[in-house]
Amino acid sequence: MIEITNLQKSFGSKKVLRGVNLNVKEGEVTTVIGGSGTGKSTLIKCIIRLLEPEGGKIIVNGEDITHIQGEYALAKLRRSFGYLFQEGALFDSLTVGENVTFGLKYLTDIPVGDYAKIAKEKLALVGLKDVENLKPSELSGGMKKRVSLARVLATDPKVILYDEPTSGLDPIMSQIINDLILDLKNKLGVTSIVITHDMKSAFTISDNLVMLYEGRVELAAPAAEFKKTQNPCAKQFIEGSSKGPIQMNILS
Amino acid sequence: MVYSCLFWLFKAPLEFAQTIQQITKIGVDSLLVATLTSLFTGMVLALQAGTTMQSILSEPLYIVTIVGFSLERELGPVLTAFVVAGRAGAAVTAEIGTMKVTEQIDALYTLGTNPIRYLVLPRMIGFLIAIPILSLCANISGMFGGFLVSVNALSVSPNVYLQDITTFIGVDDIMHGFIKSVFFAFMVGVVCCYKGLNTRGGAEGVGKATTQAVVTSMVLILVLDYFLTAILNAVGI
Repeated sequence: MIEITNLQKSFGSKKVLRGVNLNVKEGEVTTVIGGSGTGKSTLIKCIIRLLEPEGGKIIVNGEDITHIQGEYALAKLRRSFGYLFQEGALFDSLTVGENVTFGLKYLTDIPVGDYAKIAKEKLALVGLKDVENLKPSELSGGMKKRVSLARVLATDPKVILYDEPTSGLDPIMSQIINDLILDLKNKLGVTSIVITHDMKSAFTISDNLVMLYEGRVELAAPAAEFKKTQNPCAKQFIEGSSKGPIQMNILS
Repeated sequence: MVYSCLFWLFKAPLEFAQTIQQITKIGVDSLLVATLTSLFTGMVLALQAGTTMQSILSEPLYIVTIVGFSLERELGPVLTAFVVAGRAGAAVTAEIGTMKVTEQIDALYTLGTNPIRYLVLPRMIGFLIAIPILSLCANISGMFGGFLVSVNALSVSPNVYLQDITTFIGVDDIMHGFIKSVFFAFMVGVVCCYKGLNTRGGAEGVGKATTQAVVTSMVLILVLDYFLTAILNAVGI
């Protein structure tokens, strides 16, 4: 469904993606892991074309979208995607209900009269009730994340890109979100690409795991194989060890 | 950005609610400060002109000419554009800049719309409608300020002042200021929205972008004012 070949992206002189290769199959959950700054968010922003790659190819459903231009072409591409932002990215000036139904106006033909019902349903899916009239500033960090997820779900996208869906959530809420991702896969066949540092969550939800290291794919394997890997980088990351080939820049 | 604004203006329905909200925010909320600024500018101009004329000609002559010409052709539109750039322009840059650094702009793209269509176009229309109307209000308020000082402090007859307005201030003078205010509105809108959309970094970046937007707008208002004056005078307006 999504084929990425030799993807490259830099910010100034800093090369973030140095030739990423990745295949995401329809209806599967692919989790991307890796240390901070290894280009995980950059990768999914390239897929939805919030960023334009400098090299390589991204093919979505057989169509090369690497360098497509124009407002309509980009809007058409993004129509099939949902994107959960790391910090939620809720619109401050709108209420929770308006945030959740925001995309319906632009991405669907659903009548405005149904918006309130949809907002209620999607908020209930993420464990929230009676918050439609609150402003994002009145919510906790975890609630913001869940409202943001409800906003993604409102338009029923075929592919969802999650940027750290469980960060900032308590363990129970994290598990509810994990169950939701699996439900979307099993019941609706939604394809998901998940970025996370939460290894427990990664092994719970993933069909495939991909580890990025120094701008390249260090290891890509089905979840069961990944768990048993002897790759030193992946092993260090799974175990959360400070000793190994991955060295962080820490001031001593 | 300007091309994109024109594209969305003709290719998609206008964000009507957003546009009305922006006209209110930019226009109605700036009305008091714009008219007060102009009122006192008119009063100062009348006082300075009156006392100078009194010392030279022993009579407070040409007050309406000086106050009216200065306000209608220059100070009305310039001061209004300054006030709106400092008040609403700064708010626009800060709001769009904050949306940029918190990924709300990216969220607009992923939800099927576009920041130019959803944010910039309504604000541009807000500036283009609010600043010319505010300039006209500022002109009236400034002339009223001149009237108050002339009648109460310089003993000019109210009838003389009002008659001088109709005699010396022509439609050309009002049009001169009005045309300038439309260009100022366009320029303030473009600068403030552009700076907001190009904000980098966190809170510091938003502060920096806001300061740059206000300073750039004010300098460009004065630069544009000179060239517009030269062009409008050359075409006889």
